[in-house]
Amino acid sequence: MDHLTRLENKSIYIIREAYYQFKNIAMLWSVGKDSTTLLWLCRKAFFGHLPFPIIHIDTSYKFLEMYQFRDERAKEWNLNLLIAKNEEKLKGGMGPGQGSKLDCCNELKTNALKSVIKKYHLKAILLGIRRDEHGIRAKERYFSPRDSQFKWDYENQPAELWDQYQSMVEEEEHFRIHPILHFTEFDIWNYVKREELPIVPLYFSKNGKRFRSIGCVPCCSPIDSNAQTIDEIVEEIRISKTSERSGRAQDKENIYTMQKLRALGYM
Amino acid sequence: MDQEEHALPIVIVGHVDHGKSTLIGRLLYDTDCLPPDKYSEIQKSSEMLGREVEFAFVMDCFEEERSRGITIDTTQTFFKTPKRRYVIIDAPGHKEFLKNMITGSSQAEAALLIIDAFEGIQDQTRRHAYILGMLGFKQVCVLLNKIDLVEYSQDKFIQLKVEVTDFLNQLNIHPTFILPISAIHGDNVAKPSEKISWFDGPTVLQALDTFYELKVEEKPLRFPIQDIYQMDGKKILVGRIESGHLAKGESLFLLPEKKKVVVKSIKKFLEKDVPTVHFEESVGICLKGRQKVRRGQILSGDLSFMISDRINANIFWMDPIPYQMGGPLLFRCVTQEVPCRIEKIHKKFDPASMEWVKEDASSILGAEVADILIHLESQVIVDPFNDIPEMGRFVLEKGRRPVAGGIIL
Repeated sequence: MDHLTRLENKSIYIIREAYYQFKNIAMLWSVGKDSTTLLWLCRKAFFGHLPFPIIHIDTSYKFLEMYQFRDERAKEWNLNLLIAKNEEKLKGGMGPGQGSKLDCCNELKTNALKSVIKKYHLKAILLGIRRDEHGIRAKERYFSPRDSQFKWDYENQPAELWDQYQSMVEEEEHFRIHPILHFTEFDIWNYVKREELPIVPLYFSKNGKRFRSIGCVPCCSPIDSNAQTIDEIVEEIRISKTSERSGRAQDKENIYTMQKLRALGYM
Repeated sequence: MDQEEHALPIVIVGHVDHGKSTLIGRLLYDTDCLPPDKYSEIQKSSEMLGREVEFAFVMDCFEEERSRGITIDTTQTFFKTPKRRYVIIDAPGHKEFLKNMITGSSQAEAALLIIDAFEGIQDQTRRHAYILGMLGFKQVCVLLNKIDLVEYSQDKFIQLKVEVTDFLNQLNIHPTFILPISAIHGDNVAKPSEKISWFDGPTVLQALDTFYELKVEEKPLRFPIQDIYQMDGKKILVGRIESGHLAKGESLFLLPEKKKVVVKSIKKFLEKDVPTVHFEESVGICLKGRQKVRRGQILSGDLSFMISDRINANIFWMDPIPYQMGGPLLFRCVTQEVPCRIEKIHKKFDPASMEWVKEDASSILGAEVADILIHLESQVIVDPFNDIPEMGRFVLEKGRRPVAGGIIL
């Protein structure tokens, strides 16, 4: 079995296991390459008929191309799309210019997520994070419990062996499921190429620049690149010396920002 | 090199502070796999704690891990040599975090056992080695680290090498190599060192390149049903092929009932007319006729499995709270989930002291290993671990948390 197929089969097993264990679940879609890959894997797992909704946490600061891509795919793939926003904070003018990035991410992303989980009584959410994105994400489990405060008890994670994954214990609020933890950035792009997946155009070079990692407009910096096709992107990553998220401002605010954010319930 | 090749997963184990995390950081740095921005981050973080650049910080990313200087949980990172890609899995060395070490090890195909040349074999060295033996690791390379602390002495190396070989052979582990290294200074990790010129064996990188990928052998089919989906009026059994292969039209046994069934079709998204599927594939199957099916049943190609409600097994207890014999547990093997109790503890073993603790014990403590008899509420389908590992390994849960892992003898 080739490498990508092996990764794919493991993800499909995990997605099906999450649905069996929790039933009332949803998938978080940021519209980026990783969660679009996850969405594709979910479609494979359920033979094209997803039995759960897809949630977009919209901070309202996303790139126009992301909104366009989201709406096109939702129609084409017949998705049950839910859009979650922290309306209250947005009305109050919350944004990356106001206060710290930690606060902004926490309010507009994490708290918007908390509201939607409570609203739909979701027992688990599927997310497209990967180990090689960040050292803190590399500590994650495939099935990761969150308590009623949405806290991640990273010093006391349950053992996870031989594909035996957890179901809920009383004190827990929900589970985070991470079916593509084992994919690397390189694997994702090779998979996108192999499956001919549609991808947000921002990843491709325009005027000598492209985005390696996308999020909100004010906090994403493009990199210098002339890669205009997937093959060129794959080649660029293969020889790259910098990390994928080096253009993401919230990671730079403080060395432990990601850990703090995740402990509060961030992705 | 074809970058799409499988990355070989390797776990690094050993006693606390013997240098696991430092070795990994050093490996990444020396193979140019540590991005400069990551190196700056480590430098900055080390300075904040008043230390020299701590390579261990590559893996130890929690604030608590860095300030306390320990690894709490397993983590993985990727690096490559000219020959291939690797997934390196770090494991904590403290007894307290044994379940995290087991979580990490369960994902690896080869292991590096690191031993401090100055301190020698310690409790967790023995415990980790025992677990590697139990988990069936055939590829283990031993690294005698901090060789600088014993003045790069060849005599000291040979003495320790003999001790280590002897101890590992008792656990039926035959290391591929035993290497002298200094992770902190980089001696013999990626490059040979003048200070160890008396050593004519490989560097760590060269030793890694001699590990081979586990070959997939042809075995009898075992397809545990994971779930049932109703689609277009059809019942699709989904699951993963845990061993063997399955073909359209094939006649199989539905267990535990031992009913004969026939595979009508194999389903994969966007693929028509799939003739055969193989080991590790997650697929959908439709059977001919109307069958009563549920999760936990197994489709088998033959009758070579074991079926019983009493199983002899070897377990390692991961929970800090001890087990009192007769207490209720949940047995989980592939998709089978059956309540059970431990009926008899034949004998217990403490890997740290390498001693059989007691015959006919009535409890099992954290980090102990035991030979036991499990009594299940209903029959399960299993295979001996040495025949089909996927069907011969299980987890015991209490309150829906894994408290022990085990293998079937």
